[in-house]
Amino acid sequence: MHRFTYRRPASLAEAKAMMAAAADGRLLAGGQTLIPILKQRLAQPSDLVDIGRLAVLKGITVDGGRVTIGAVTTHAEVAAAPEIRRAVPALAALAEGIGDAQVRNRGTIGGSIANADPAADWPAAVVALDATIRTDRRDIAADAFFTGLMETALEADEIVTAISFPIPDTAAYLKFPNPASRYAVVGVMVARTTAKIRLAVTGAGPLVFRVPEMERALARSFTPAALDGLAIPAEGLNEDIHASPEYRAHLVGVMARRAVAACGTS
Amino acid sequence: MRGDEGMTTVALRINGVEHSVAADGRRTLLEVLRDELGLTGAKRGCNQGVCGACTVLLDGRPVRACLSLAAACAGHEITTVEGLTEGNELTPVQQAFVEHGAVQCGFCTPGMVLTATALLKENPKPNVAEVRTALSGNLCRCSGYRKIVDAVVAAGGAR
Repeated sequence: MHRFTYRRPASLAEAKAMMAAAADGRLLAGGQTLIPILKQRLAQPSDLVDIGRLAVLKGITVDGGRVTIGAVTTHAEVAAAPEIRRAVPALAALAEGIGDAQVRNRGTIGGSIANADPAADWPAAVVALDATIRTDRRDIAADAFFTGLMETALEADEIVTAISFPIPDTAAYLKFPNPASRYAVVGVMVARTTAKIRLAVTGAGPLVFRVPEMERALARSFTPAALDGLAIPAEGLNEDIHASPEYRAHLVGVMARRAVAACGTS
Repeated sequence: MRGDEGMTTVALRINGVEHSVAADGRRTLLEVLRDELGLTGAKRGCNQGVCGACTVLLDGRPVRACLSLAAACAGHEITTVEGLTEGNELTPVQQAFVEHGAVQCGFCTPGMVLTATALLKENPKPNVAEVRTALSGNLCRCSGYRKIVDAVVAAGGAR
């Protein structure tokens, strides 16, 4: 790792001041992505501002038809939370499927979405459930949050404080995991509310995306069969040693049908 | 811990003992355990968050010491394999590893034992599938996992 100064603020205000004062500050939450990046010397921040234990950024609340998760809540905490298991079991199941126990015990929901890895699981939930990302200065709608490969609408010193999910009537997340890393080769989240159906795909492209044709078909008939014959083009999808673009396009259909089936058809 | 340039002092509670360690903010918990405190149970395998050989318990839960800055662990209760028992006693998990021949080269063993210990605390009688899921973040390059899984299932007393 290149040299940096480690700082631990005692409040959100102090964190903001530390970021403002730093030549090139980076926020540290669970560090499960940032520390490997620093070890590989792919980043050279002047300061690491550790917000991982700010109590104001932790915790889970369920009320007013929404589940709100503090940014530095760990995946393990989300997976185990009885109120989330009751309100949106799909969120707990998604959290339980991230990486491995060691990653889930350190990694945070805010860190995951701010990092915006194209194969991360949380972006699918954020977009499918039409979540609101709360920051130290504004609210950002899910559809405006992810802007590119590992890019978001966040400003360099902006701090995600919480992610607020509307509680759907039903939702499910199904992924084809890389067997070693558990990252999504392709993951699909489907969510149905009285007003709309949203379907978001992670792992397949450079960033999470919705499939409007599938959403429309599911609005007519919320069944796996409604997606028969609907294929997404392979063009522009990710290509790596794990899967070709064509295979990923195929998996989007498979995971989408399985996700709808997992929601039930009632 | 507030850091300025260079060294800071980090207070770490490890195996029930308070340690005050001078560390540059970049030092990982793994480096401090092994190089400063001589606690070499946690192993440096991949050193990039994949193999799980560096697993320690942070407030009773398995985490990778190589992906945790030492300064960020201040105030947490850290347990390494050295802290599981006094002297030459073995815990039920360790005893089961011996009885089932779950150790070959031994490099992954401390991490496996700690992850299994945390699992059994949460789920006292895990089945094979639950053990395999819990141990998925710990790689073994010798034994092929079968005897390790058998040992953990046996330590829990389930079949």
